[in-house]
Amino acid sequence: MNTTTNTTTRAQTASNTDLLTIALVAFMGLGLVFITGFAHVPVLHDSAHDVRHSIGFACH
Amino acid sequence: MLKKLVASALFAGLAAGVVASVLHFAMLVPIIVEAEQYESGQLTHFTAAPDTAAQPAADDGPDTSLWHRDTDPVHRGIMTFGMELITYTGFALILIALFAVAERYGHQVTAREGILWGLAGFLALHVAPAAGLPPETPGIPAADITARQMWWIGTALATGVGIALIAFGRSLALSALALVLIVIPHVIGAPHLEELSGVVPPSLEGLFAGRSIAVAALSWSVLGFLAGWFWSRNRAA
Repeated sequence: MNTTTNTTTRAQTASNTDLLTIALVAFMGLGLVFITGFAHVPVLHDSAHDVRHSIGFACH
Repeated sequence: MLKKLVASALFAGLAAGVVASVLHFAMLVPIIVEAEQYESGQLTHFTAAPDTAAQPAADDGPDTSLWHRDTDPVHRGIMTFGMELITYTGFALILIALFAVAERYGHQVTAREGILWGLAGFLALHVAPAAGLPPETPGIPAADITARQMWWIGTALATGVGIALIAFGRSLALSALALVLIVIPHVIGAPHLEELSGVVPPSLEGLFAGRSIAVAALSWSVLGFLAGWFWSRNRAA
């Protein structure tokens, strides 16, 4: 009985993603969206201009 | 683990980005091109006096100084395509991270359910912000950019958390808090100029806003479905 419970718990823990990995993935996503949607750097703004307008990000 | 998450996000994001790009070029670029003809004075809206129409090009403050229009349509198209892919990959990474959070709470996201997650993203990042700051064509004078960006981020975040509380909260108090979060950005109100102006016909603006939201709805549905599909496939493997 005890063994079964332990195995289940361990299996579940192993399949769960650790928080650091989740934070890293979320941070990468936010970084990309910041670059295309929010950065004021002219070269980024100009390249992403039409995308910002079409997605509805505030643009110039 | 990290590799699997990023790979799922990349596949889903790039595919959704391609869908969004095709829709962008088919439905939104013609309107942007037409709006720019109004902005440059090549076209004139019948209600605008000629003086007013000529003004933006000459004196539009920070509006035109920041944006250096790309005159090469091929280069402009390639940049737009690339940026569209990057944006949707960014959305996908955030979505996959949220799937992983849900999994830690014992909730496994499937492809079909992914569509709902995608639509939630669409509501938080497009519908709610559009209620205060609708998507606009180039050439519309608007309030301070940083203030608008802050309102946009606050609205998207509050709406996203609100939707999550409604979906996963198990109490009336949490649902009430969700409603407050969703409503509050609109009570505060988006930053706007005191006077409305612009040389693009309002009907063209309306068409652009409507199409932009429709494009986002479809793109996010595809993104949610694919992210859920790759995610559940990875988890089963």
